[in-house]
Amino acid sequence: MIREKNLANVIVDLVIMAVLALIALSCLLPFLHVIAVSLSERGAVAADRVGFIPIGFTIDNYAFILRNNQFFNSLWISILRVAVGVTTTLVIVFLTAYPLALDNIRMPGRLSFKVFMLVGFLFSGGLIPTFITYGTLGLINNFWVLILPSAINVFFIIIMMNFLRGIPHELAEAAWLDGASHLQVIRRVYLPISRPALATIGLFSAVGHWNSWFDGVVYLQQAKDWPLQSWLYSLVTTRQIQWQSAGTSASDIASNFQNATPDGLAAALIVVAALPIMMVYPFMQRYFVTGLTLGSVKS
Amino acid sequence: MTSYVQRADREDALAKTPPAWRTAIRRHRQLYFMLIPSALLLIFLNYYPLWGIGIAFVDYNPFRGLAGSPFVGLDNFVDAFNRPQTLTILRNTLFIAIMKLVLGQVIAVIFALMVYEVRFAIYRRAVQTLTTLPYFLSWVVLGGTFVTILSSTGPLNTTLTGLGLEPIGFLRDQGTFPWTLILTDVWKNFGFGAIIYLAALTQINPELYEAAAVDGAGRWARMRRITLPGIMPTIILMAALNLGNVLNAGFEQILVLYNPAVLATGDVLDTYIFRIGLQGFNYEIGTVVGLLKSVVGFVMILTSYWLAARFANYRIF
Repeated sequence: MIREKNLANVIVDLVIMAVLALIALSCLLPFLHVIAVSLSERGAVAADRVGFIPIGFTIDNYAFILRNNQFFNSLWISILRVAVGVTTTLVIVFLTAYPLALDNIRMPGRLSFKVFMLVGFLFSGGLIPTFITYGTLGLINNFWVLILPSAINVFFIIIMMNFLRGIPHELAEAAWLDGASHLQVIRRVYLPISRPALATIGLFSAVGHWNSWFDGVVYLQQAKDWPLQSWLYSLVTTRQIQWQSAGTSASDIASNFQNATPDGLAAALIVVAALPIMMVYPFMQRYFVTGLTLGSVKS
Repeated sequence: MTSYVQRADREDALAKTPPAWRTAIRRHRQLYFMLIPSALLLIFLNYYPLWGIGIAFVDYNPFRGLAGSPFVGLDNFVDAFNRPQTLTILRNTLFIAIMKLVLGQVIAVIFALMVYEVRFAIYRRAVQTLTTLPYFLSWVVLGGTFVTILSSTGPLNTTLTGLGLEPIGFLRDQGTFPWTLILTDVWKNFGFGAIIYLAALTQINPELYEAAAVDGAGRWARMRRITLPGIMPTIILMAALNLGNVLNAGFEQILVLYNPAVLATGDVLDTYIFRIGLQGFNYEIGTVVGLLKSVVGFVMILTSYWLAARFANYRIF
């Protein structure tokens, strides 16, 4: 782009950069505050004196969380959910996208299936009918309720289909002429080429699974089954941790974790819940555009 | 070039053996098997729950099930519409959702245009990395953060009172609360939303700028006459697709941030369904309101796709 080097333009440049710096800072400061609260001593937190730097540095809040059984329970369920959820989603997405994307192959019923899929995905019965029928399907209080409903994601399937369509058909035709089956062609040709698309979908699916909390709160009635974010929801809205861990009695808490506060504990848990995302998302940047073009309609 | 598959199909058709479609199905049986898992998921998790919509038309008895509950026709619909809060909730939903869509898009475009003007790639990169962070965090994490920051004794209000200003009841004041929802949502999404415009900006032909500069167009004129028209198709596309969200005011966000004090202005369709249906066990009214939202929402999404296809050449399949 053309840039005239005169004073007015330099000033405009500086103003734009300053405004952008402020905007970027506004995206960072809230988290700095939460981190500071999680690391501050009881008195400072109670008196709301903490800004962006911890006051009276303490790790009691984190130490307390690490002594809590519910934390490890939830963390384990979150990790399990991400692992199982991403795997299931990728398998379903690929299996569905492959037959639908091979436009060269005549497949009666392909269009009908696409319509069936899109309508089923976009039209929902609503929260109550879904809740009631999930009950009759045995999905209430069942770990799989966190996995299966999000396994069939039409936006992911469309991303995968568009990717598969871009692969030259000749590559697979040679294999078909040799009498290879679809599964062999997938394994030898399509799957190796599809790695970038699968990585994109896998990352977005992983972030989605890690962040989900509403399904846990609604479909899993016992706190012991909740993923981390569902537990955090109850903590954020009630500010009460259930201290059921073995070996932590009220007096134990008072003597060993003097600096732990409800606000500090919530802050520490927010930090723990946000940390994996903060570490992963910068590496997702090159996949953003693909994820965005189709993901704009939320369900 | 005729492909091997197409040629084989044609030969089948000429051979007058079974009809071509049956041969096609048999030849690629594996393709149909591959669709079975997703078909089952769709049938059980997406289509079967539609059966539960019947709750809207009965006096539902959870112990006897849908078939054992007495049919009441449209009584539940009449009941839902006669409730005074229904209209308020609809108004809240539309106001919050539309303000989020409009403001969100305007801010994302302006932000993208500003980032585009920055000469240093590293600076652009740093700004983009920081501003996309909130998009990837859940509303539980962000809600917990905002409850801390926006509370009456939080850092923002402490700063305001320190400056001699009145504290603001971001989460307690009925008039302010919808704007808290709108602005925090815009804040969460603008950085990510700007990416698509920045991607469109890279497609603009640099020669246009050179030609304009030769003709004496200044920076502002170039932005208005070249940059903005260059991303106009993308802006129109996103506006059309956004239409599908006019009834989505932000369920998870409001669930985390709202409280009884701001129910009058912060309660929306989704939170109402959740509260009255699952927490208050009034399954019928919850189903009625949810059904109306689903139908209108579905029509809006189809309209938005139709508009996007008509005006921006956008095809989903």
